Amino acid sequence: MYAQLVETGAKRVKSLEEMSPEEREFQLKIDAETKIEAKNWMPEGYRKTLIRQISQHAHSEVVGMLPEGNWVTRAPTLKRKLQLMAKIQDEAGHGLYLYSAMETLGADRDEEIDKLHEGKVKYSSIFNYPTLNWADMGTVGWLVDGAAIVNQVVLQRTSYGPYSRAMIRICKEESFHQRQGYQILLDLMREGTEEQKQMVQDSINRFWWPSLMMFGPSDDQSPNSQQSMAWKIKRKSNDELRQMFIDQTVPQLEFLGCTAPDPDLKWNEERGHYDFGEIDWQEFYDVLKGNGPCNKERIETRKNAIDGGAWVREAARAYAEKQQQKQQNAA
Amino acid sequence: MADWPLYEVFVRSKHGLNHKHVGSVHAADAEMAMENARDLYTRRSEGVSIWVVPSSAITASSPDEKEILFDPSDDKVYRHASFYKLPDEVGHM
Amino acid sequence: MSKAMTQQEALQEYLLRLADSDMILGQRLCELCGKAPALEEEMALMNVALDLVGQARNWYEYAAELIDDDRSADDLAFRRDAHDYRNALMVEQPNGDYAVTMGRQFFFDAWHYFTLASLVKAPDERIASIAAKAAKEVQYHLRRSSEWVKRFGDGTEESHQRMQTAVDDLWRFTGEMIEADDVEQTLFKAGIGPNPEQLAADWKGLVNEVLTEATLTPPPEDAWMYRGAKVGHHTEHLGYILAEMQFLQRAYPDAKTW
Repeated sequence: MYAQLVETGAKRVKSLEEMSPEEREFQLKIDAETKIEAKNWMPEGYRKTLIRQISQHAHSEVVGMLPEGNWVTRAPTLKRKLQLMAKIQDEAGHGLYLYSAMETLGADRDEEIDKLHEGKVKYSSIFNYPTLNWADMGTVGWLVDGAAIVNQVVLQRTSYGPYSRAMIRICKEESFHQRQGYQILLDLMREGTEEQKQMVQDSINRFWWPSLMMFGPSDDQSPNSQQSMAWKIKRKSNDELRQMFIDQTVPQLEFLGCTAPDPDLKWNEERGHYDFGEIDWQEFYDVLKGNGPCNKERIETRKNAIDGGAWVREAARAYAEKQQQKQQNAA
Repeated sequence: MADWPLYEVFVRSKHGLNHKHVGSVHAADAEMAMENARDLYTRRSEGVSIWVVPSSAITASSPDEKEILFDPSDDKVYRHASFYKLPDEVGHM
Repeated sequence: MSKAMTQQEALQEYLLRLADSDMILGQRLCELCGKAPALEEEMALMNVALDLVGQARNWYEYAAELIDDDRSADDLAFRRDAHDYRNALMVEQPNGDYAVTMGRQFFFDAWHYFTLASLVKAPDERIASIAAKAAKEVQYHLRRSSEWVKRFGDGTEESHQRMQTAVDDLWRFTGEMIEADDVEQTLFKAGIGPNPEQLAADWKGLVNEVLTEATLTPPPEDAWMYRGAKVGHHTEHLGYILAEMQFLQRAYPDAKTW
């Protein structure tokens, strides 16, 4: 999910015999489900892939604050306001946990954030869509967090220790987000006015396909997945995860009394899964490449915040140094 | 952040006896690190003890027999780019 | 013209002042979501905002019970217009640059801290318990905001200028905050509210201490003060804040649930 356009640098997965002694030892550790820690030897490709993936995951959390931040000042009740504020705060926290894990690999947070602002790295495509009505706050929690959770639960078992531990911490905090999102929609569908119900359906119509796109291209379009799977940076394929998500979500959708904008969505008894329509891959790649509805605004907001905050961070540093100087002089 | 150094965070929860390493924060000084660590790793838990230590102050053992490639500062806790300067020939890392 | 205020009326007014200040300041901080100068500050700001809106809810709920006219806490927050709002002028000021954000926060936190320190001892159990939880939170808010004022005041040349400007511009909103009108005098006499003179003295003492340590120049005490919030005459900012905050409730007045 966060590995969109990440290059592992490997043309194909090496067999154990083809590997150097260090590579083999490393791969055997992974095969045995032993966690790799920061100080362990690791192939350069492993390290780079992880930095890219974790940083994109972290960027996603931080940029992900913005679509919800768009409605936090307009939350309609005290309870909803508090819930949304807590959710946004969690997202900031998740970003920080992930940057922290990324830094254990020798990446510099400032540099990685610069890359984000320069458009050189990606973040989850879903956050390039606008939040246009209050029901979107429910839908984002239910579908977007829901999709993220499907991916994250699996990532708890990723091979790199700090990333795995960050995922465990994040998953613990994430479950209430999805439930709250769903609750918003359920309350509106059960006790809302006609206008509110239409708000919900409109919201689902706009976020359904983008949520499915969060899982990335289909497996046959993901050449780098094989190496990531061998290194257990990735544990399940895009299509597998997407199917898991759809299977768990459709009953929830039906319970709401809403529909998905997909005429081909139907239960397939033989497969034991839901069939669904073809994803508009053109839209997916457009958004990924920067031509989504909100790409420009999202990045600008982040860039302005960090660039505009330079004097603040500088002042804090200057003050810290002065204080340290005072202490040393007094000693 | 280049101008805010890294601190490692150790937390002792209510029910535990030992401080556990939970991650890191960037901060301008130790006081800010403490507050940032509280905000990030403990929210509003009572009776929690937090230690913050500048990452550069920690000495760590090397788990591998062989020296870690491309890492002259073998005793630093992470491969933090901000801790050491690589020779130019090594290339971008 | 002032008819004698009953203790009950004074208490209701006072609770609304507490709730509204918390609510509006929380709202201003929400505006900064995703725009803080550092990621760690995102956490800190939202932490403070959550505390404030949580406190607001507690005060609104108590106020609603006392007012007892079928209005809920949500009704008080989302269906009163600016002339009924009783927040301090300080908290409705725009976020500005981070020096202004922290200056506003510090001036309010200092007032808030001393106010709550007194309210924890109120004979009214409800007030005492809400205040007890809030006091712990606000102690932390005050620590943070006063540190930032010092960082900016004694940081770089640029931060010093910005902080001094912020202090000078926000000063005119401090007067009303630390003065006592009928409401506060009534509650003080009833043994419920803080001692107004003590509160003002404590506030001035702390503010002077922090500003001095920050190498900033405290503005003159006899500076002109903007007043009116306590009777619902605010600055032009509040109308816009409420328009955004209350939009959904106003646009869907018949909605029974959200």
